[in-house]
Amino acid sequence: MSKEPVAVVGIGQTKHVAARRDVSIAGLVREAARRALDDAELTWVDVDAVVIGKAPDFFEGVMMPELYLADALGAVGKPMLRVHTAGSVGGSTALVAANLVAARVHGTVLTLAFEKQSESNAMWGLSLPVPFQQPLLAGAGGFFAPHVRAYMRRSGAPDTVGSLVAYKDRRNALKNPYAHLHEHDITLEKVRASPMLWDPIRYSETCPSSDGACAMVLTDRAGAARAPRPPAWMLGGAMRSEPTLFAGKDAVSPQAGKDCAADVYRQAGIGDPRRDIDAVEMYVPFSWYEPMWLENLGFADEGEGWKLTEAGVTELDGDLPVNMSGGVLSTNPIGASGMIRFAEAALQVRGQAGEHQVERARRVLGHAYGGGSQFFSMWLVGARPPES
Amino acid sequence: MTGEETPGARDIAVVAFAQTDVLRTTDELSEVEMLMPVLHSVLDRTGLKTADIGFTCSGSSDYLAGRAFSFTLALDGVGAWPPISESHVEMDGAWALYEAWTKLLTGDADTALVYSYGKSSPGSLRDVLTRQLDPYYVAPLWPDSVALAALQAQALIDAGQADESALAAVGARSRRVATLNSHAQLRGTVPQGDYAVRPLRTGDCPPVGDGAAAVILAAGERARDLCSRPAWIRGIDHRIEAHSLGVRDLTDSPSTRLAAEKAGAFERPVDTAELHAPFSAQEIVLRKALRLDDSVRVNLSGGALAANPMMAAGLIRLGEAAARIHRGESDRALGHATSGPCLQQNLVAVLEGDAR
Repeated sequence: MSKEPVAVVGIGQTKHVAARRDVSIAGLVREAARRALDDAELTWVDVDAVVIGKAPDFFEGVMMPELYLADALGAVGKPMLRVHTAGSVGGSTALVAANLVAARVHGTVLTLAFEKQSESNAMWGLSLPVPFQQPLLAGAGGFFAPHVRAYMRRSGAPDTVGSLVAYKDRRNALKNPYAHLHEHDITLEKVRASPMLWDPIRYSETCPSSDGACAMVLTDRAGAARAPRPPAWMLGGAMRSEPTLFAGKDAVSPQAGKDCAADVYRQAGIGDPRRDIDAVEMYVPFSWYEPMWLENLGFADEGEGWKLTEAGVTELDGDLPVNMSGGVLSTNPIGASGMIRFAEAALQVRGQAGEHQVERARRVLGHAYGGGSQFFSMWLVGARPPES
Repeated sequence: MTGEETPGARDIAVVAFAQTDVLRTTDELSEVEMLMPVLHSVLDRTGLKTADIGFTCSGSSDYLAGRAFSFTLALDGVGAWPPISESHVEMDGAWALYEAWTKLLTGDADTALVYSYGKSSPGSLRDVLTRQLDPYYVAPLWPDSVALAALQAQALIDAGQADESALAAVGARSRRVATLNSHAQLRGTVPQGDYAVRPLRTGDCPPVGDGAAAVILAAGERARDLCSRPAWIRGIDHRIEAHSLGVRDLTDSPSTRLAAEKAGAFERPVDTAELHAPFSAQEIVLRKALRLDDSVRVNLSGGALAANPMMAAGLIRLGEAAARIHRGESDRALGHATSGPCLQQNLVAVLEGDAR
């Protein structure tokens, strides 16, 4: 059976910062939603349904916040779904919204993801002891550092690669007015001299804690025809999950990530991702995940990802730009981070990424992951509608 | 929207349903351990294995588990290896079923496993649910779920639409019919009890309990292969209302009515309805919104007044409605789920069996 093509016709973000003390949670999400609607030149009445995502409710201390946010997002009298798939949630939320359009259940859907990390403490939210499990009381960095070590050992990558990624992403962020970290005096030496947090991950190679929201308006073919600006078309989208911990798990390059990418490429008719995809917004919360995901997503052979990074291929003016927006390393409202990747991919193919626009970005991948590298969501968007 | 209105849309059915006994405490079980038998049971009913399932979706709440990302370990119970196509809603499992239904409609999958679970016993549920409220203006006052439901019940009494004996009759009937439901937590003659919060007595309130449920959905011919009498989803829709109780008419449920209309519930009468009404007064509100008269068999399972496992109780309503169709006890059934204080958000599904 045929699916309705899905178009992104509106994108809105807040200026991401450490603490938005000037707005409530409702004020924050409304700001992003309003901007997405303005971009699409639509109003609240044009929206048929709202799909909202965020990471754990403990981050703000509000249980099932969609209930409280229904009014702020113009959802009263409409369907409202709340997605939660850990760090991949921003991407998954967009895909659930896209499915409503693809299935022809709704014509136009507002999707939004947010995190207002200043309302609590993410380190605390992620570190509650669980009976009968090994304690992971050092936040996400403590969990992922051993996997980075394993990658370095397996690939033979020199220990300088992580700082190259951080230096690149923080410079890219300077071109993105919505990015949280704008480190105008950033140098490679400063990244390398920053304190070691979870060896081998240094302070400047980690993501910040941000307050922020991201919203998109997704619509069908008819809605795209009415859109005032060029739409981004979804060419493929998928989610994959695997268990957190088990003997056969490859924490460096999880099978779920490979399978997810393969499904997206199949849908989009991508034969060789390195050749057929123009740029990537990938979920890199710790710098070493750029070379790791380059391999997991099929842009490099196993053990070769770091060579692309080292050769400058992933720079903004490189052959395969990665995280043109500055990425998660520069902006991390956790629940929104995946959707920002998806939205930035769409901005690129719409030609609306401003100073961080990549020339001739026709097909761009948005990527998100979460949990203990167990949840993956990705979409590939293009400047032209799908052929079938 | 209704499946019938969309040209070329696929027919999708509930083909299997399983649930746990709902218990006041399950200290000896983790969530995964509570869930595992239900997953096995629902798969056994169809002969499917995890690897045969096209899409998996679950519903749960971190606040019941008392920690972040609590659903990630439940996935271990599913056995997500090789990796599976999977998603999760931080809502009642009825909404996970809705997400799975849309996934099947796209044609990306032919079968879906939907599950949900909740353990209310580790904490004080009345306190926990206050955290659902507006975090700046209402939650700091800690108005609890029973107190809010009591406002709704009093509004209904003030409007002349019920009195305390009418409320008591709802609770008594629910627990009487629940004697036939081995999974129910409160069964038989239960005293109406003292006031919990006026005008609600303990008999007007749901038991606090732990439980899990799962269903399998399948599309088209696949459904007929897996189930001798599939419960076809003729329509399913959900709507949300304003959060603030001050701007809502608590004696009515316009979101239920709208969802029912969009799901096609009013096109033909239903013979059976499973309503997610945790408080006695809410059943009266829902019956009115759904235009259910005495000819409709309502909550033969005993409903939420007999067992109300958070995050699973709504999915159980849909599952109970489907199971009656599977068994040939219903031809057209309505399943309803609710979320939020005083029926803020409501989902309605219309299920039908093949003509006999």
